[in-house]
This record gives sequence, C-alpha cells and structure tokens, in this order.
Amino acid sequence: MADKMELNEVEVWDGNYAASQALRQAQVDVVAAYPITPSTPIVENYGAYVANGYVDGEYVMAESEHGAMSACVGAAAAGGRVATATSSQGFMLMLEVLYQASGMRLPIVLTVVNRAVASPLNVRGDHGDMYAGRDSGWVQIDAFNAQEAYDLTLCAFKIGEDLDVRLPVMVHQDGFVTSHTAQNVYPLSDEEAYAFVGDYKPVDEMLDFSRPVTYGAQTEEDWHYEHKAKQHKALMESYKVIDKVFEEFEKKTGRKYNRLEQYMMEDAEVAIVALGTTVETAIYAAEQLRKDEGIKAGVVAPRSFRPFPYNEIREALANVKSVAVLDRSCPMGAMGALYNEICGAMASTPANPLVTNYIYGLGGRDFAVEDAKNIFREQKANADAGYITTELQQFSGLRGPKLAFYEAKRS
Amino acid sequence: MKGVLATEKRGIRELGAEEMVGWDEVTQGVVLHSFDTEVENVAHIRPEERPYSDFNSYTATVASWRVIKPVYNRDVCIDCQNCWVWCPDTSIISRDKQMLGIDYDHCKGCGVCVEVCPTNPKSLLMFAEAEDNEEALAKWPEKKKKEK
Repeated sequence: MADKMELNEVEVWDGNYAASQALRQAQVDVVAAYPITPSTPIVENYGAYVANGYVDGEYVMAESEHGAMSACVGAAAAGGRVATATSSQGFMLMLEVLYQASGMRLPIVLTVVNRAVASPLNVRGDHGDMYAGRDSGWVQIDAFNAQEAYDLTLCAFKIGEDLDVRLPVMVHQDGFVTSHTAQNVYPLSDEEAYAFVGDYKPVDEMLDFSRPVTYGAQTEEDWHYEHKAKQHKALMESYKVIDKVFEEFEKKTGRKYNRLEQYMMEDAEVAIVALGTTVETAIYAAEQLRKDEGIKAGVVAPRSFRPFPYNEIREALANVKSVAVLDRSCPMGAMGALYNEICGAMASTPANPLVTNYIYGLGGRDFAVEDAKNIFREQKANADAGYITTELQQFSGLRGPKLAFYEAKRS
Repeated sequence: MKGVLATEKRGIRELGAEEMVGWDEVTQGVVLHSFDTEVENVAHIRPEERPYSDFNSYTATVASWRVIKPVYNRDVCIDCQNCWVWCPDTSIISRDKQMLGIDYDHCKGCGVCVEVCPTNPKSLLMFAEAEDNEEALAKWPEKKKKEK
C-alpha cells in the first residue's frame, strides 16, 4: 500500500507541483517520461513519490519523448492508469504517438506545460505546442492557474476513463507563469481525491490472457475512414461527460468549471476570447475599463479546447458587437486557430459580430494589462463605428513597425 | 487447395472480403479480439481447436497472393523440422515432430522452407501455383550423386 501524504488545507504550490500531486493522488500505475523544461518538475516529483513509497506504480525513464509516449501507449493497452508530462519540442516528438494513443482509445493523461516551439529555441510559455495537438484526437483542457492545474488533472482521469469517452486527455498550463509561480492551492485529501477519480476500469486490456487482443491494426481505404469517424464522434460527444465530471467536482469542492468560461458577459458589448494565463489578465483589464472608462468589456475562455464549445460560443457572443480573438501561437500564413474556430461558430448565427485576430505573447513575451486594455479599446471603436476599424490580424506587443494583415471587407 | 488440418473456419474468406459494416459497428480503438469466447492456456490448445474469431488471420485466406507454391514429398522427408522452424508464416504443419504438410491458406510462397530443407533430393520444392500437386510429385528429381 502506498503511504498517504498529509496535506494542509491551503498549500503553496506552483503549477508543476500541483499537477504532480494530482498524479500522485490518482495513483497512476505507470508514468513513462523524458523530462523537458518547463514541465520537468511534474515527472521529477512523481519519480520521487514512487521512490519514497507514496505511489504503487512504475516510473520509467524513456530515451526520448517519442519513447515516453510509446511506453505510455503500451502500458495503457496493457490495462494500467497511465500519465506523463511534456512541453514544446518534447510535445512535437510525441506528436506521432499522440495520434496512436487516441486512435487506440487509451485514456492516458498528459500534463502539458505550454512552451514555444523552436526555432529560435525558447523555453518560455506560448501555445505553439498546445495548438499542434489540436487535431490529435485528445481531449484538451486548459488550466489558467495552479489551482486549476491541480483540479483539472484530477478531472482529466475521470473524463478520459469514462466508458463513454475512453480518450486520452491533455491538461494544459502556461509555461513558467503557471508552472513556476507559487500560488495558494486548496488540495483534496488523498482519500477524497482518489474517491473522486475512482478505480481504473480496464477495457480490452492486453494483460487479460483469456481475451487476447490486437492493438494497432492496419486499415486502408476500406476501414480507416469509419474508425476515424467513430473516434471523432466520441470526442465530439465527450462534452456530456466533461459537464458531468465538472458538476461532480463542484459538489465536492465548490469550485465550478465550465467548458466555456465567461466573465462579465451578461451585458458585455465587447469581448476578448483567450486561453491560459492571459484570461486572468484580460479579466483584470475588463474590470478596470468598466470602472474607469465605462467600456462594457467581458472575457470568454474555452476551458475545453477540444472538444471545442461551439454552441456555448454562439450563445456567449450572441449579443456582443466586437470580439478580439487572441492567439498565442504564430499561425504562419493564416489567421490564428482560435480566431478560425470562433468565426466558424459565429458564421452560423444571425449575430454576426465584428471579429478580429490578435497574435501576442510569443515565446513568453509579457502580455500586460495595458495590452489587454488597448485591445478592448479597439473593440469599443469597432462597436461604435459599426465596422472593423483595424486590419483583421494584428500583432500585439511586437517591436518595430506595426505588423498587420487583411483589410476588412465589411463597412 | 485447403491442405492439412484445415478446419471449418480456416481461410474461409479472402482477406479484405469482410462484411463492410458502417462506422457505428467497427470496434472501439480498432481493437481486434482473437477469439470468440474466453480461452484458458490457449498456447496449449492446437490451432484447429481454438475458437478463432473473424478478426483473426486464421479465418482469412491469402492464398491468392501466391504465384509459386511449395509441394511436400513425404517419401523423402526426415522430419528434421527445419522448415517448421524457418517458415515466417507458421504455414508448415507438424505434429509430434512429424511433418504433415502445408497450410495453403496462409503460405505466401516465399520458398524459405525449400531453401532450408537438407534432404537429397529436397522434400519440398517450388512449383507453379497452377500445377497439380500429384503431377508435381510425379516429376520429383532423383537423388543427386556426390561429386568427386
């Protein structure tokens, strides 16, 4: 039996430590990892928990992230609860295997500490790695601070392992700003946390020798499409289980999560849509603008990046006049991915708000309250004019001449 | 040409000729179960007695992939098991170390068994797929004299 760890009602944890504690409390059977900045402490701490008797499980040091995720796939197919962590280049090296994990419907939990992708090499936080995973068939949940990194990692096991889902789940947090910033975190006791997550329910496990199975079959044009479609449907419909798990979590802790978080949207005239730590910056800016400048600003944040909350976006932005969608990843030749999702959702509604795209914060470039305020002010100008007064895509917080693309065709 | 120990289920359909069910009926995670029922100590059960499912390659035939085939000559064979050991597709059927013949549902005609056969003349030789086995046996070569 694993030893229990006595936790205080309030702990001072950074996002990494919070995530590692959630993995410990879920009593993961196998963590196979290749540590990488800034997510290193998650698996480093987990290794220590195993070594010190706090977990009945195996910690496997792999030869690369590709090997780490491959070992996770093997352990999950064998029938264990499996998790690991990664960032940036490590995420990119895992990418091929991420598709294998989801295609085989293995509910692995991957705690991703978001970091920019080289070149140029950079260890700071942006969403380049998170975006690279968006077609990989994983549930992607985004935490905006350390408490959420802890809470949502516990929820991730319960979501992915639900028999109606059976999909791997990523829990994202921003590199350094969340992962290395110590904050107050209210943990559950070991007993409460494990009771919430529950025992692992194996499905088609390879270690059941009475029912031998093949994993990783090849399918060509005759079968591949049907399997992908079935998997897509499972991910599209996983929102029901996500809602259920968030409800149960609220009952247990009083902390309420939603697939689409909304702040001050009841009467908002202008809005920022963002992910990660930027959400808290934008909320702070919105509060000040409401008080100081009378701008009815609100913030919308997809908690669930995949499955994407289309219906909730439609409702949240139905009465908003101008929307700024913030992408913390360089789209390289297109509009930002989040912008495209929002426009896709709004295109089928009569609301037709003015929507523009801001690229910001690449490679950990600070996104200040004043930056958020300026974006809100531009939305206010759009709302007052009744048309888009700027280019469709602008770069925020960039040195040098203003960089922007595409004239609006609506006026 | 079913070959020896072919059961009702061995090679009952061409690979790829499965029933083409829709997305709602394919297995979750492309997981394929080898057997229709639970099994115990299956390694100790002979293949023809195992409850192979339609997902197992045992029930599919790939005979059509072959253009040449090995023919087995019992009269020359010394039951050394070399072919059984080397066959990459477990298509040599042997029982109690006695060679029985070839699983023509799964043999690809690679010729490895012929290559490793140590007898003189060989107990396995490659013939055209269309050649009748009896006719092939009638043409079997004589023992070669050792060259001095």
